Amino acid sequence: MAVTDSLSRAATVLATVLLLSFGSVAASHIEVCTSRFWFNYRHVANTLSVYRSVKRLGIPDSHIVLMLADDMACNPRNPKPATVFSHKNMELNVYGDDVEVDYRSYEVTVENFLRVLTGRIPPSTPRSKRLLSDDRSNILIYMTGHGGNGFLKFQDSEEITNIELADAFEQMWQKRRYNELLFIIDTCQGASMYERFYSPNIMALASSQVGEDSLSHQPDPAIGVHLMDRYTFYVLEFLEEINPASQTNMNDLFQVCPKSLCVSTPGHRTDLFQRDPKNVLITDFFGSVRKVEITTETIKLQQDSEIMESSYKEDQMDEKLMEPLKYAEQLPVAQIIHQKPKLKDWHPPGGFILGLWALIIMVFFKTYGIKHMKFIF
Amino acid sequence: MGLLSDPVRRRALARLVLRLNAPLCVLSYVAGIAWFLALVFPPLTQRTYMSENAMGSTMVEEQFAGGDRARAFARDFAAHRKKSGALPVAWLERTMRSVGLEVYTQSFSRKLPFPDETHERYMVSGTNVYGILRAPRAASTESLVLTVPCGSDSTNSQAVGLLLALAAHFRGQIYWAKDIVFLVTEHDLLGTEAWLEAYHDVNVTGMQSSPLQGRAGAIQAAVALELSSDVVTSLDVAVEGLNGQLPNLDLLNLFQTFCQKGGLLCTLQGKLQPEDWTSLDGPLQGLQTLLLMVLRQASGRPHGSHGLFLRYRVEALTLRGINSFRQYKYDLVAVGKALEGMFRKLNHLLERLHQSFFLYLLPGLSRFVSIGLYMPAVGFLLLVLGLKALELWMQLHEAGMGLEEPGGAPGPSVPLPPSQGVGLASLVAPLLISQAMGLALYVLPVLGQHVATQHFPVAEAEAVVLTLLAIYAAGLALPHNTHRVVSAQAPDRGWMALKLVALIYLALQLGCIALTNFSLGFLLATTMVPTAALAKPHGPRTLYAALLVLTSPAATLLGSLFLWRELQEAPLSLAEGWQLFLAALAQGVLEHHTYGALLFPLLSLGLYPCWLLFWNVLFWK
Repeated sequence: MAVTDSLSRAATVLATVLLLSFGSVAASHIEVCTSRFWFNYRHVANTLSVYRSVKRLGIPDSHIVLMLADDMACNPRNPKPATVFSHKNMELNVYGDDVEVDYRSYEVTVENFLRVLTGRIPPSTPRSKRLLSDDRSNILIYMTGHGGNGFLKFQDSEEITNIELADAFEQMWQKRRYNELLFIIDTCQGASMYERFYSPNIMALASSQVGEDSLSHQPDPAIGVHLMDRYTFYVLEFLEEINPASQTNMNDLFQVCPKSLCVSTPGHRTDLFQRDPKNVLITDFFGSVRKVEITTETIKLQQDSEIMESSYKEDQMDEKLMEPLKYAEQLPVAQIIHQKPKLKDWHPPGGFILGLWALIIMVFFKTYGIKHMKFIF
Repeated sequence: MGLLSDPVRRRALARLVLRLNAPLCVLSYVAGIAWFLALVFPPLTQRTYMSENAMGSTMVEEQFAGGDRARAFARDFAAHRKKSGALPVAWLERTMRSVGLEVYTQSFSRKLPFPDETHERYMVSGTNVYGILRAPRAASTESLVLTVPCGSDSTNSQAVGLLLALAAHFRGQIYWAKDIVFLVTEHDLLGTEAWLEAYHDVNVTGMQSSPLQGRAGAIQAAVALELSSDVVTSLDVAVEGLNGQLPNLDLLNLFQTFCQKGGLLCTLQGKLQPEDWTSLDGPLQGLQTLLLMVLRQASGRPHGSHGLFLRYRVEALTLRGINSFRQYKYDLVAVGKALEGMFRKLNHLLERLHQSFFLYLLPGLSRFVSIGLYMPAVGFLLLVLGLKALELWMQLHEAGMGLEEPGGAPGPSVPLPPSQGVGLASLVAPLLISQAMGLALYVLPVLGQHVATQHFPVAEAEAVVLTLLAIYAAGLALPHNTHRVVSAQAPDRGWMALKLVALIYLALQLGCIALTNFSLGFLLATTMVPTAALAKPHGPRTLYAALLVLTSPAATLLGSLFLWRELQEAPLSLAEGWQLFLAALAQGVLEHHTYGALLFPLLSLGLYPCWLLFWNVLFWK
């Protein structure tokens, strides 16, 4: 009896741990490089560096969707084939044997990116190309490339606008595909990309404000291109100091790369995020850390046929004991949809309309004579 | 009623135009010249900048150190060449193969229309040698060319040495994404033309050449090198090509970037670059450089091998090493590094150079004037012709107000009263005869050279030139003879109709020329437009005749030769100038036949007949 007792005690402890770990937060990552051509080497290096950092912090390849628009390692112009360096003087090769690129070359399109985000993917797509996230996942999305005010250029042939991106995130929210989302973008005028977000639980960081350019870094004459962008370079320096147990929070990430180092002004947006950034750990997004709470309470499991009933009852009991988990407060979507359109400033009619009207008036007076003008004035 | 259909208003408009015409013409002409002179001042001239992203955002580290090897190759080449008298083909093949290239040769031959006095050649045959460096990891779809033209007058042996040393250095690198063709041509431009025609599989100039055994893909850019000394004090760059075509400005920007990076002294048109453009000295020097470029572009000659590449839309430059008496000299390593840097950056290109300007003028190596800013100059000059034509039209219309049809102009013939028919006939005859003279000027000199040498103690080249001048001068005697042919009922206003047609003809021609070769159009417009506008049978006839002769196309050529040498600070005396003029005439005809230069046909078939029409107008009875 004592043995069975201890066994059952062990079973209950185990059950507790498992139950509680049901509340873990898994992280998924999407890393996108949108530029092709040899002179955009640095965008591929940016993305691969972030990939390397998050893998070091424990995220497995199954949880990372890596999209690279061009192949720099095997480009005929690369003086060091099969390598992509992120520090000049070739200190650090970020392209190695264990890099798993999920979307490569011409597969990196706006359509594929949005399908990955929203999950509207053909059934034949392999698992490595899907974003396997649920309503308890924290997602990190890192994008780099060439951008402008309100858009990001994909592959030199198409663009994704900030509105499309905001709508995609809203679709993700409604399909319960994320718990919290961190969006990092390193392009020119990057802040314009997060201006339009309206879904809850999104935190965004960008490398430059609207009207500013993000600058490149690490010019390497031996390879002949810039190897990194400034913002990502300093973010990576910051991430190199994070280990799975560190307690650094988001406020520290916001301080990375001030204007003196980056020349552009990095920006961030936290108004949609429910928690205070200083309570959000970096490892919530960048690392794969499961929150485990050890409890000292025991649950008695009765054997045989009563096990089912009692465990069911105890589940309910346990649920009462744990703090209730619920979704974060939703924004009042109905109100947002039906709100009145903003009054735009009135602008005087443009040149074409004015010219057209001038032409019509001139023809009128030509045909009917100038004497009719006096009836106007 | 409307402005143009009401006869009363139209007459008032006509009177207004006629009254204001002369001042407007003068103003327009002065505005055109003033606009051209203002092109060197800052708002109209801008700094050059690299437009191609693939070339601008990269930096390269040059590692070429083969100066000794280049000198050794050069000495060997010079020795072999002296021994054999022509291009040492076997030695070149062996050396290129030892450096690691795929070597091919091409033989060509051509019989020139008449012997070339300046290069002393008549029946030309030679061999081109070229080696291809294949891109290690790319398909051979695109290529770059480094070419050295070797002629009998300039051996360019150091250039060949540098080419071979660069080939050896490039062969050891793995980052080439395009093939590189190292081309050594014989008989300089003739060999280059033969190679280009065979490469692109066309036959434009009647050259006989053997087909090429090895090809390397579409040529993206080419650099021609001319170096005849071991050390240079400066590098001169030539951009003007055949028929005034220019390479993409980005190629020049690339060269200038490497001049600055390597601290090399680089010149344009042989002139140093002015430092400051804010005071008056900089713009004045820029004006000299600009005028030199205008004269070179107007001549339509290929000033170097690069000029022949431009016809196939391959951007190309010629770099000439100048060894003058300056203190500071650069050796072959410095020149080699600049070339290596240029080729490495050209290697990064993904598309043909197309981002920057194709039509521009250069007051300096780092300043340019774009086509949108310099076109108004020739527009103002051609406006004078338009205004004059309008005035004549009004006058003709007023004179013929009784009839309903416009008077005297060539048009579809409705049932005409007798005066109309004579008007038309009196126009057709001068037109046809002037064109016939132009045709004679184009065809006869080369055709008749053998007849001339039989009857006169002159060489063929001299015969061609003298026949040219004779036919040109014979055209001056035309008006006194044509009137005997045509009926003597030519009405007084017939000359107005002829002048109207001649003005429109001149305006059309100059307009079309100015679009493709602005310099030629502008130069001809500056000289021909005022006298064309002034020509009329009344008034001081001898004065107008003298002016018209002084502004005829041949006199413009003579004047521009004097101006060109004056700007190069090597002024000519009259006798030297005359000799140079005769040589230029011979070269013009020869280049038309060997490379397809268009100056000779344009002047003889287009502008000379037009000028003759004005001469006819002047001597109208």
